[in-house]
Amino acid sequence: MDNNATQPDNNMEERLWQFIDGSASADEKTVISELLEKEAAWKEKYHELLEIHQLVNATELESPSMRFTKNVMEQITRQHIAPATRTYINNRIIWGLGFFFIALLISMLVYGFGQTTFSSGSDNNISQQLDKVNISRFFSNNWINAFMFINVVIGLILLDHYFSTRKKTFRQEM
Amino acid sequence: MSTGLNDTEIINQVLRGNHQAYAVLVDRYQAYVFTLCLRIVKTREDAEEVAQDVFVKAYRYLADFKGASKFTTWLYTIVNNTCISFLRKKKLDIRSLDDENVFASADSQVSDMQANQVEQKSRVQMVNNAIALLSPDDAQVITLFYKAEQSLEEMAQVLGIETNAVKVRLHRARTRLKEKMERNFATELKDLN
Repeated sequence: MDNNATQPDNNMEERLWQFIDGSASADEKTVISELLEKEAAWKEKYHELLEIHQLVNATELESPSMRFTKNVMEQITRQHIAPATRTYINNRIIWGLGFFFIALLISMLVYGFGQTTFSSGSDNNISQQLDKVNISRFFSNNWINAFMFINVVIGLILLDHYFSTRKKTFRQEM
Repeated sequence: MSTGLNDTEIINQVLRGNHQAYAVLVDRYQAYVFTLCLRIVKTREDAEEVAQDVFVKAYRYLADFKGASKFTTWLYTIVNNTCISFLRKKKLDIRSLDDENVFASADSQVSDMQANQVEQKSRVQMVNNAIALLSPDDAQVITLFYKAEQSLEEMAQVLGIETNAVKVRLHRARTRLKEKMERNFATELKDLN
């Protein structure tokens, strides 16, 4: 007996649905066509599924009320077409902001490493070496403090913008 | 008149200020949108409200339609989002495909339908009734595939999932539809054979 015919019923259905939809590959179509000729179970299932397929295909679309178009047209007289998103989201600005923050991060790292004194000691244990790093030296600098302050302010502005957009969307949906 | 024009040409007319041309698009797709909404929100009143909302939203954001996909694919994405928002607002469950409760609650609707079965013996009505018993997810995927003329790739775009996931959903939805038909409309199915 063909191995394909002994596969679980669910797999048979799935393959038959693909065959009926026409989404099965050419090879698969050939295999299934052969199975339909040889295997009674496949043939029976095929006719069962085909009937459902044809029944669902035969259903008609539902129609809304006669006033539907009129109602929509009345509603849109109170609306304005919003400008396309791409016109007010300028990709150059997004890229510019991205480069700005990357440049800030890189300059901060360069500055940080510039302030560090590298010395080769006999102690190679990384955790012990990290303990020796004087973190307060980085954060006591006025420039770093100013950078952190600006980031916090930008973060708060973005958070405020995010919440006000959500509020606006929620009101529109209401 | 705009009736002989294709969707993109009509959209361009609307964007140029001929707002009345939008009525052609509404006329053209109202049955598709309404049927999809009805399959998801289940009652005609709600479906009519949601379908109108869909067309108003589509009008408002018409400038965002880039023409990269079919207008219907873009429109059905709005249908999908609007229906989900509507169901959330109505505090109805947007049930997952694997939730067995969906069948239990859907089956409770059968008794009401059986009362009308004598008058609803036509094939179409039987299938519509069976689809009405499905969860919104299943009913939506079946309607998109059979009635909304959407390919699996377009359905994936509308539903925001992968094409393979659409195939799985469609297969499960059809299996459940078959079960519903066999369980609730066995006599009618026998009569058809």
